[in-house]
Amino acid sequence: MAIKSTPRVRVPAQAKSGEIVEIKTLISHEMESGQRKDASGKSVPRDIINTFQASFNGKPFFTAEWFPSISANPFQSFFYKAKESGAFTFSWKDDQGGEQTATAKLTVA
Amino acid sequence: MTFHHDATRVPSRRRALQMAGVAALAAVLAPRLSRATEAQVADEMKALFGGKTMGEGKIKLDLPEIAENGLVVPINIDVESPMSETDFVRSVHVFADGNPLPQVVTYHFTPESGKASASTRMRLAQTQNVIAVAEMSSGALYSAKAQVKVTIGGCGG
Repeated sequence: MAIKSTPRVRVPAQAKSGEIVEIKTLISHEMESGQRKDASGKSVPRDIINTFQASFNGKPFFTAEWFPSISANPFQSFFYKAKESGAFTFSWKDDQGGEQTATAKLTVA
Repeated sequence: MTFHHDATRVPSRRRALQMAGVAALAAVLAPRLSRATEAQVADEMKALFGGKTMGEGKIKLDLPEIAENGLVVPINIDVESPMSETDFVRSVHVFADGNPLPQVVTYHFTPESGKASASTRMRLAQTQNVIAVAEMSSGALYSAKAQVKVTIGGCGG
């Protein structure tokens, strides 16, 4: 299933060179753990976002491998050391091969 | 007089019913959860790290002491490191030894990260230990452990 929800990303628009900025991301997703059973007793198949990656100007700098223990609607915060102006790309990939991306610009003064 | 009497009685009965409800729910859910054990976590760590010795310290593991809702337990990890090109935190693995599947998350950092710190939210099925292992660029390993008491488990039975 493609990831339908639009991810939300919070990144400062500007930073000084060498400044460490915090990035916060949130995406809506069931994160079905594969541990639950439905009313008829059948296992509900696992469907989670298993990989989140953040890149700056095309170069990945942070990756998170999520397991079924991660909560629904996964939140992730992390950091980046600003050096030059450019754009962040964030990507979320789920078990069904679905992918969602988001971008954000950063201006370094 | 009777008014006062009723006013004090109603909330306590409601409370008693709530408690009974929670207890019944716990009794229904508990036997159906297959649990990872500390041994399982140890096996997993051995597979990942090959039984290398782990140092203490360096990792700050920020977790609530008591989590009322096991479905969303905030976790913050902060590893002490200069995060330079030659000395940085390569990855951080998080395990929960009382969940059906003990692995929670694996982070991969780079020197561009600036600092080896990340926050997320996780599910905890029951009261248990959360363990973080950091792998440095030098290959050195550090671990930290914290217990979280869970009031209502979060793995959906």
